[in-house]
Amino acid sequence: MNEQSLTAFLIEKTLIVLAVFGGVMGVVALTTLVERRVAGFIQDRLGPNRVGPFGILQPMADGLKNFLKEETLPATSAKPYFLLGPILSLAPALVTFAVVPFAAPLPTPWGVVEMIVADVPIGILYILALSSLGVYGVVLGGWASNNKFSFLGALRASAQMVSYEVALGLSIVVVLMMAGNVTLTEMIWQQQQLGFWYAFPLSLAFILFVVSAFAETNRLPFDMPEAESELVGGFHTEYSGMKYAMYPMGEYAHMLTSSALMATLFFGGWDIPFWDGDNAFLHDGVWISGFAADGTPVAAQLAWWKTLLTFCVFAAKTYFFVLVYIWVRWTVPRFRYDQIMQLGWKVMLPTALVYILVVAATILTLDQLGVPYGFGFGLVLTVVSAICTAIFLFVVDRGRILSGSSYGSRERFRSEAIAAGREAVTVYRD
Amino acid sequence: MPPSVKVVRRPDGEGTSYLRATLKGMALTFKHLVNPNKVTVRYPEERFELSPRWRGTHRMEVHADGRPKCVACGLCPTVCPANCIRLVGGEDDQGNRYPIVYEIDEFRCIFCGMCQEVCPVEAIHVGVHYENAEYTRDRFVYDLDRLMEQDHPSALLWDPSDPRSE
Repeated sequence: MNEQSLTAFLIEKTLIVLAVFGGVMGVVALTTLVERRVAGFIQDRLGPNRVGPFGILQPMADGLKNFLKEETLPATSAKPYFLLGPILSLAPALVTFAVVPFAAPLPTPWGVVEMIVADVPIGILYILALSSLGVYGVVLGGWASNNKFSFLGALRASAQMVSYEVALGLSIVVVLMMAGNVTLTEMIWQQQQLGFWYAFPLSLAFILFVVSAFAETNRLPFDMPEAESELVGGFHTEYSGMKYAMYPMGEYAHMLTSSALMATLFFGGWDIPFWDGDNAFLHDGVWISGFAADGTPVAAQLAWWKTLLTFCVFAAKTYFFVLVYIWVRWTVPRFRYDQIMQLGWKVMLPTALVYILVVAATILTLDQLGVPYGFGFGLVLTVVSAICTAIFLFVVDRGRILSGSSYGSRERFRSEAIAAGREAVTVYRD
Repeated sequence: MPPSVKVVRRPDGEGTSYLRATLKGMALTFKHLVNPNKVTVRYPEERFELSPRWRGTHRMEVHADGRPKCVACGLCPTVCPANCIRLVGGEDDQGNRYPIVYEIDEFRCIFCGMCQEVCPVEAIHVGVHYENAEYTRDRFVYDLDRLMEQDHPSALLWDPSDPRSE
């Protein structure tokens, strides 16, 4: 990139920005439809399928409807903040995508183009900083509405987001220790070098990250801020029209971004499994695909079809997690507020801290023993993490994973209940 | 002594497994996700099959020469519990009684089907039909011509010897 002229740089980045922005917004629109159709299918319905083939134009119809609707502005609201809320909710989710690499570099006649908006050297820190900003949209919107339900939603949102931000950050710390760097391009490269996607050697971190990401995006079972059965609409009760639509859009963009992060941090990003031909990394200004046995770098064979293929792999991985988000939403009921706080502070936080210690100790031991960063290294960590994960799940589920809720205990519960009922009846007769 | 409250202990603490239950739930929803038998009826293209005893909007049976079968006996307005039938009877030169005005207010009608049961000449029927949308409310008062025009099938009466219509 150093030899590029400013004009070429601007043109290149403008094109990529437009492509990423358009792509993300397109996928967000599509996801609103996918959510409704998957919800329908799970409930043995068909979902919206009338507008266009398979209902593909439904998001456009929804958008049009939202534009035509009346925009209410509550008289008692704090107007600047009320208007700022939806923007602050949508923008950070979109901007976060800038540091996610979405394909292998593309060779063009004018030089190699990296498939990323901005490969900033602070990668993960940038993501953490911006995703924390997302809570301001919810809190400002809820508070500025001057409505008690909105206010309660905003309160819950801030408490929940602060709680899970900690676990989210700590689960990423483990990944940083493994990769030894904070840029996402380097993380993908390190996963390619390790021969393992980090979901295996860092399985517990992956679980913690997924749970925290669900809480961060306010998706069920963590949709406390919205909680339509208790708080009307939660923080967006007073919003209507396009201002309202920006909140769900922000939510879906957030979902997409955190799915892309799950794919990048734990599933190798655009890496194609069991194939080294797609590996590419900018090492001392040269694109390399790996190191030979004597440590000399091997030049990468870049090709447009490899870029296309890796992009498809990245899209598939990312959208898989989006589908998991939707699938979980239509399965699990909402947590109670105290349960969320308990899970966040009493379970996730200590687990993440202990897990960091364990992984750090393992990595240090392996380094001291001189184990090279490769298959063996990954294997040892996989075993260690598998043990940690098993212990974690066993403790969280109070040892019921293997035995389940046994018939005996259920019987005992029933007989106790019957006895209690009989006692109450006797007392009443007396 | 005041009645005491029945206290039932929650089954938490030892009797439940949240992870297993969640995974079971996920498996269940996935089963429904891929289940090809959906309950949705794609309405304009597909329709429900109505029971032959379905009681919908009325129709008037017609003689071969186009006259209504109704003899204006006045039984149906008498029996109608919703009082939605307006009948003014008349007599022609041969002394045959016929309805001059026969109107049914389908908004007042409760579709009990008693008019059909009581009719001695099997003239008025409730019909196997449900698509009744109109642009104005007054279109729901069906006059005699309208009732004679209806071409949907008439509802079957309940037969005590075949209580389930088999």
